[in-house]
Amino acid sequence: MTQDANVVAVLNGASKRYGKLKALDTVDLQVRRGEVLALLGPNGAGKTTAISLLLGLLEPDAGEASLFGEEPRSLAARRRIGAMLQTTAVPDTLQVGELIALFRSYYPNPRTVADIVQLAGVSDLLKRRYGKLSGGQQRRVQFALAIAGRAEILFLDEPTTGLDIEARETMWKTIRTLVGEGCAIVLTTHYLEEAEALADRIAVLARGRIVAEGSVAQIRARVAQRRIRCISAMDAQAIAQWPTVRSSRSEGDRIEIVADDAETVVRRLLAEDAALSELEVQRAGLTEAFVEITREAA
Amino acid sequence: MNTIAISAPASAGGSLPAYLLEAKYEFLRLLRTPSFAVPTLMFPPLFFLLFGLLLNHGNAGAAQYLFATYSVFGVIAPSLFGFGVAVAIEREKGWLTLKRVAPMPPGAYLLAKLVMAMTCAAIIYLILAAMAYTLGGVRLPLAQWLALGAVSVGGALPMCALGLIIGSRANASAAPAFVNLIYLPMSFLSGLWMPLSMLPHFLAQVAPLWPAWHLGQLALMTTGQATTGSIGGHLLWLAAFTAICFAIARRGLARAG
Repeated sequence: MTQDANVVAVLNGASKRYGKLKALDTVDLQVRRGEVLALLGPNGAGKTTAISLLLGLLEPDAGEASLFGEEPRSLAARRRIGAMLQTTAVPDTLQVGELIALFRSYYPNPRTVADIVQLAGVSDLLKRRYGKLSGGQQRRVQFALAIAGRAEILFLDEPTTGLDIEARETMWKTIRTLVGEGCAIVLTTHYLEEAEALADRIAVLARGRIVAEGSVAQIRARVAQRRIRCISAMDAQAIAQWPTVRSSRSEGDRIEIVADDAETVVRRLLAEDAALSELEVQRAGLTEAFVEITREAA
Repeated sequence: MNTIAISAPASAGGSLPAYLLEAKYEFLRLLRTPSFAVPTLMFPPLFFLLFGLLLNHGNAGAAQYLFATYSVFGVIAPSLFGFGVAVAIEREKGWLTLKRVAPMPPGAYLLAKLVMAMTCAAIIYLILAAMAYTLGGVRLPLAQWLALGAVSVGGALPMCALGLIIGSRANASAAPAFVNLIYLPMSFLSGLWMPLSMLPHFLAQVAPLWPAWHLGQLALMTTGQATTGSIGGHLLWLAAFTAICFAIARRGLARAG
């Protein structure tokens, strides 16, 4: 279905319903070798559903999902992936070293134990039972299991939830190393700084649809416009016609303007209304971009 | 070796260590969970010691009967709990899903649990046999010792299949209740604790409904005791039962990914 040999995972018009709820609505997504794609979105936006389709854990109701041009459920495809899922209860009574040995045995060409242990930062945990570990340590072990098979694409569903800052930095560093080796990464996260630090590309999901897609810079540029708020008696409808103004609306005596060139607009506002007060100008980061985009979609 | 695989492996390369490790860790997990290991491994020998040896005052016939039936009783707990409860928990809490994505070779999961149940059954049988020989004065030809062991270990197949129905359908918190509902009542109603002739007649009439009864009859046959039915009949019944249970369970398990 795709001619590009660098595309490793594809969602093509994929939809998934749970009863009445449309969890995913005709989503198109491509992941290329050596890139980090971050899936962002509020809870219930469809991130985990999208990953589940790519992992073959769910079947799309419409459209298709594929890995390396194959069915995601096929053994051949699954031998080339690794996954860290959000809800996994690993058996408490097995030692970390045993879990790693078990997962290595699933792959034809696994990483060495030394390699896995070093990349995941679990060298001091090998003899410990999984059930005795802290939440952050357990997360690192799950990461170790995900990379055991020298995956060509890794699915990380909120990988750093529960990690302290140091452990998170270690995982970020490892993810960059893996990407350097050509591994593709699909990442979902609640931490926007994580997406900012790692992602080559961001897809923002809201209500089962991709509402924005692009590089971190492009997503931020979606609201690189600034937001101007003030109290003024001027006509918001008229301001909406000014150059570079994207939108303008009033609520009582307050006006909120979104504009690409805030300085010019502010200068004109002050010139036209001497009584203008409570002037505020905000610049958007990824957080604001994200909030803005998902609110627009709501 | 892979007799119960849900589908054949696409490639056998590198799979053998996975099967072996899977079985080894399954057994380690059992040993490291005393709340499961102790009752599973100790109850049949303790019951046998109490009811088969101490309380029947040297009745050799009773000792021989109970030796055969407790050998069957021994396989029920590891099979029902290993498949019923463990599968339900691992299916619900995502461990099975992660292993499938990983990807564990097809069939390794169930095969490992089957091997675990069979190993438990073999250990329990060896303990029972030692007690029967030394304390109970039970004397059998070598072929009968071996045949009874085979019934006990082979009994894991229908019992695991029964457990798997629970494991593939019930949620994790309900599974132990379902298993307990089956485990002890079925053992009693199948005459594993005392001959059905000592119980109301209608219990003997409905006994052919319980898979454990057919196993118990096989166990008694191998040791040359009075039984109902034929070896072929019981084997056929158990084979059909196993196949039907697996077919039902398989559809439930497929939903886990």
